[in-house]
Amino acid sequence: MQVVQTVFQADEVSRVFEPARGTIEKLTDRLTGKRPAIVQAVDRVSLSVAQGETLGIVGESGCGKSTLARMITGILPVSGGTRRFRNEDYDSFLARRRDALKVQMVFQDPMSSLNGRLKVGEIIGEGAVVHGIVPRSRMREHAAKMLERVGLAADSIDRYPHQFSGGQRQRIGIARALAVEPELLVCDEAVAALDVSVQAQIINLLMDIRQESGLSMIFISHDLGLIRHLCDRVAVMYLGRVVELAKTSELFANPVHPYTQMLLAGMPRISTERRTFMPIKGEIPSPLNPPSGCHFHPRCDRATDHCRISRPDLREKVPGHLHACLNA
Amino acid sequence: MSEQFFEVEGLNTWFFTRAGTFKSVRDVSFNLKRGEVLGIVGESGSGKSVTGMSIMGQVEKPGKIVSGSIRLDGEELTELSFDQMRKYRGRRIAMVFQNPLMTLNPLMRVRQQMFEAISEHEKVPAAQMRERSIAALKAVGIPSPEERLEAYPHELSGGMRQRVVIATALLMNPDLIIADEPTTALDVTIQAQIIHQMRSQITDRGLGMIWITHDLATLSELADRILVMYAGAMMETGATAEIIATPRHPYTSKLLESVPSNNEPGQRLKQIRGTMPSLLDLGEGCAFRSRCERASPACETSPPKRSFSSTHHAWCHHPIEG
Repeated sequence: MQVVQTVFQADEVSRVFEPARGTIEKLTDRLTGKRPAIVQAVDRVSLSVAQGETLGIVGESGCGKSTLARMITGILPVSGGTRRFRNEDYDSFLARRRDALKVQMVFQDPMSSLNGRLKVGEIIGEGAVVHGIVPRSRMREHAAKMLERVGLAADSIDRYPHQFSGGQRQRIGIARALAVEPELLVCDEAVAALDVSVQAQIINLLMDIRQESGLSMIFISHDLGLIRHLCDRVAVMYLGRVVELAKTSELFANPVHPYTQMLLAGMPRISTERRTFMPIKGEIPSPLNPPSGCHFHPRCDRATDHCRISRPDLREKVPGHLHACLNA
Repeated sequence: MSEQFFEVEGLNTWFFTRAGTFKSVRDVSFNLKRGEVLGIVGESGSGKSVTGMSIMGQVEKPGKIVSGSIRLDGEELTELSFDQMRKYRGRRIAMVFQNPLMTLNPLMRVRQQMFEAISEHEKVPAAQMRERSIAALKAVGIPSPEERLEAYPHELSGGMRQRVVIATALLMNPDLIIADEPTTALDVTIQAQIIHQMRSQITDRGLGMIWITHDLATLSELADRILVMYAGAMMETGATAEIIATPRHPYTSKLLESVPSNNEPGQRLKQIRGTMPSLLDLGEGCAFRSRCERASPACETSPPKRSFSSTHHAWCHHPIEG
């Protein structure tokens, strides 16, 4: 049996958002006995990433994938459940600032995640200097090395983010993340805003980096084609919950959960024939007021009374293939 | 009446800025039949959206239609005054944008916005406007349209909002709909729904539609014909199956190859080297030459039109010969 080292693990993590409420609103709530609306953005999600593995998280808007990403990177605290990094409790891991850098994030919009008033060399090098990875005297050199690693000219260090194209800016965002020697890279819709030809370049870059350094990755996207291409395993999320989790090839060949099946059927494919689009049932319900039982039951053809009442837990169909459907 | 009810010929739309002249659309020509969907595909800066704006007569300063002809049922649109064009917009040509919140007024109920779209063009009693609005909402698959009429845009989901925009576009029974990335911001399952409904409206009502997008996969499943644009110019045009199965222009071929589903999972994606050139210093030759593997000195001169069937053409010195 091969020994696979788990880099990051989440056990039943949840995140609840409550609307900010003033004194008067709190008072009226208490007088009327009304409970303020809360959003269960992530609802008891468990997953793990092994050394060198890329885990995909796919789902539609409002499914909680970005909230989950922010809990994985430690930007957001959890409302419940536990996180572990290399089997150490996550809060004590994060408390050591230098170690906390081992988890880095690449965002969707590089323009809003890069400081427009700093030169590229400073954006990339600063983290490494502040945390003592390189001395300040070597910051420029370090930044130049990172730029070359992501395929940009080393002399770009004295330019500002706005002087670059969208694809180049995303490379800078990746260089910034790599500069502090991470072990886990969380990419949240990192290529969604890029053109097809640029997207291919960035995906190739991520694959090269992964191969060179054995980096673990969590790749969050709504694009099933990209997920299929890049990821070893995939978790499918719907309204805050993981509904299916399997190896990528297995998930695309034998999707079990009706929602996964619906997603795959809706996925646009390059074809020479015009497709007759089938109408899909229903809308994504509001996360403020999710359906009871299995969240998917109002859109599901196979739903029974059981589905309307009880919450399905993830169960194993074949080894390694988990799903949360009561009727599969 | 001719079958081709809509024609664009030799369109040039340029932007005159202090930095120089951006030739955003250069010599673009195409036509459209009723009941047909023409897909215009290209990356950012390809000129696909400016082409749509030019047809709508909404190119603003410092931009200008420098030359070319846009004809709807034989009538020249580029010569119409602002007021005349206003009568066309919404009534005969309607546009749907990527972000429905840009189109919808957040302070007005759906009912008010739809009624306004009708009363802008004709005087009808409120009861009739209501009837027509409900019918249009139903046509795009909105459940309980009577209630939705009273909703404000923020009370609707993203997919629902885009459907309200489409329903409003259909209200005046236009001849032509220009849709600029209409489903790009939407989720996969919602996208499939909306495409299904739009497609059936086009067939049922015999409208023409221009679908502008960067997404070849969606186009391949939806469009009858495809026009591929790059850096403001036409690269290739043809029936969808011709473009997808036998691309002749190196750019089209590379674009198709770089789509993940056309690659072996886990392998490096086939990518196009380099980046798009600045629209400022394009010169005479083929816009794609700096990134093209087949480029030769001949490509410094403007590329010839090569025909492969009555519908399939590519503008290239070295097309891929089947």
